[in-house]
Amino acid sequence: MSQTTDFYAGSGETAEGAVYTAMGGGDFTSIAAEQAARQDETLVINMGPQHPSTHGVLRLMVECDGETVVSIRPGIGFLHTGIEKNMEYRNWTQGTTFVTRMDYVAPIFNEAAYCLSVERLLGIEDQIPQRATDIRVLMMELCRIASHLVAIGTGGMEIGALTVMTIGFREREVILDFFEAVTGLRMNHAYIRPGGVANDLPENAISQLRDVIGWLEKHLPEYADFCNENPIFKGRMCGIGYQDLTACFALGVTGPMLRSTGYAWDLRKQQPYCGYETYDFDVPTWDTSDSYGRFRVRLAEMWESLKIVKQCTDRLEASTGEPVMVDDPKIAWPAQLALGPDGQGNSHEHIKHIMGESMEALIHHFKLVTEGFRVPAGQAYVPIESPKGELGCHVVSDGGTRPYRAHMRDPGFNHLQSVPILCEGGMLADIVVAIGSIDPVMGGVDR
Amino acid sequence: MTEKIPGEEKTIKAPVTDPEASPKAGLEREDAQPDPELSPVTEQGSKPVAVRRGMWSDGTGDTSGFGRIVRELPAPAAARPPLGSYFDAIHDRFVALHPAMQVKVVVDRGELTFHVARQHLVEVMRTLRDDPFLRFEFCASVSGVHYPSEQGAELHVVYHLGSMTHNRRLRVETSCPDADPHVPSVVAVYPAADWHERETWDMFGVVFDGHPHLTRILMPDDWAGHPQRKDYPLGGIAVEYKGAEVPPPDERRSYR
Repeated sequence: MSQTTDFYAGSGETAEGAVYTAMGGGDFTSIAAEQAARQDETLVINMGPQHPSTHGVLRLMVECDGETVVSIRPGIGFLHTGIEKNMEYRNWTQGTTFVTRMDYVAPIFNEAAYCLSVERLLGIEDQIPQRATDIRVLMMELCRIASHLVAIGTGGMEIGALTVMTIGFREREVILDFFEAVTGLRMNHAYIRPGGVANDLPENAISQLRDVIGWLEKHLPEYADFCNENPIFKGRMCGIGYQDLTACFALGVTGPMLRSTGYAWDLRKQQPYCGYETYDFDVPTWDTSDSYGRFRVRLAEMWESLKIVKQCTDRLEASTGEPVMVDDPKIAWPAQLALGPDGQGNSHEHIKHIMGESMEALIHHFKLVTEGFRVPAGQAYVPIESPKGELGCHVVSDGGTRPYRAHMRDPGFNHLQSVPILCEGGMLADIVVAIGSIDPVMGGVDR
Repeated sequence: MTEKIPGEEKTIKAPVTDPEASPKAGLEREDAQPDPELSPVTEQGSKPVAVRRGMWSDGTGDTSGFGRIVRELPAPAAARPPLGSYFDAIHDRFVALHPAMQVKVVVDRGELTFHVARQHLVEVMRTLRDDPFLRFEFCASVSGVHYPSEQGAELHVVYHLGSMTHNRRLRVETSCPDADPHVPSVVAVYPAADWHERETWDMFGVVFDGHPHLTRILMPDDWAGHPQRKDYPLGGIAVEYKGAEVPPPDERRSYR
């Protein structure tokens, strides 16, 4: 790729400045040149970045001998939006609005990892109200089910099991409806904030939640009925995308991919956060290290998540009315949201309090909303178990009101490194199955 | 002493002749002189992360009289044993294996950090991975941090390690000067660091010596510059809206 050649320029037209084109690309050109020099029957295929079965904009440079994959190289960066850089120009609270857009299939987890890191920097980990923590766990586990439904659904669709996708998105929509009732948005919630959550559950949340649980209990068995013993499904999945424990360790692979090798590593159990040690759930594993194993692990994990959701429901019902934001007026987000006649807005009580009753409350409101809170200098890294694996947030503060540096360790970024292990030596058509079993979300990978 | 009228002490006595001589931060009040009590305080042996002036953001007019306060925000200080938690086990074992090596140990917010010189990095990582009592077999993440104010160590590279065997975590940090941005690659020890090092090169311009294929990963191949360095602007262009011009995000008036 060169800066001066504009493939799309007319004849005689000179390109002004640098021309950036995604076509060409150093890797592909060199692979094609090597292949031409060899003069054999090997075929070089560029798959993506707009291929529908690459889960977003993933590019794969595949070298094939017939239909056998000789070498495969993933190329990423097509969805890079500079979120980490942008966060350095916004205050700590606004950071949640950015991180939620990284892995957009599991937005709650991004927010949780970021907020837990910021809270560790602030030194308020022990002061987060119990109800806020319970709401976080509830939202995370529902989000885990929604994310696994997308993984199973789109993975099924890519091998022709379209029904798995249609019913998967049906169940996910029920969960997203609940998210919308709680946070106001189906995705990109920015609901978990440093210090707690943005607002308490609405009045009818518990009854709606019980409906969601009832719906999931009724419909989750359908996936097992459709797929578990389906000969075509098993024929496509079993033995495909094999990656054993050694390879997982070497490449930093976690989550369902690691658990499909039989190793029950789950940060919720091993290094509990948000009070996961107080919940009753198991860590499902499988022993085949292949795509089918990952499917079964995800399927079983949805049931475990549902178990946690039920326990959350009981706890939240008991703690109705308790605070959901840290009791520190210099950190807690001051706005209390309420549904006004014109949609969402600040609650009347809050406006009355800051405008008519308390000068200090007004000052805190003004300072926190315009400037934000200061975070003591230092760095923190809090890992959590996202549906894909270890999701960690490395935040560095210089003592100011903005992140000095924020870095998300997205599991998909690591897992895509293992694509050559999963695919080389296999069939071309099995690439799609293997990638689907990784469940990468390019928004999180490229950030 | 003559009696002052209310508010008089808040004015500048000297006549203003130069049109450029607008009040600077902290000059408004006669009594806004530096207070020896407020001189910079730093902890022994740790460089400040940042220096802040005044009570408000840098560069904005400060009428509070606190404009000349200079505060140095200290970095977490080096720790001495006992370190608490499982940190002593890691530290003692490491010192036993490398008694001569200079490693700055920091324990902050329940996290253990080893600061190592870049020439020892690969040796340290190999020990951390291979020793059965340490056994950090999992390299979670590599991320760069750019500290332009740290002379001679502007670029930091931070490695987050995990030990599944012992269920422990450790952060290893190394640094290199901007003028010589070279850090040895740990890909031979942790293959998982491959893409992470490429990203750190892409975003910060740290050259990882010995990396098998150090190319850009997120930005286009022919991109100029390393976007997440502090001297690289956020970008964007000014936008005109209803007659007013909104500057790009990194040039807007803001609090720091």
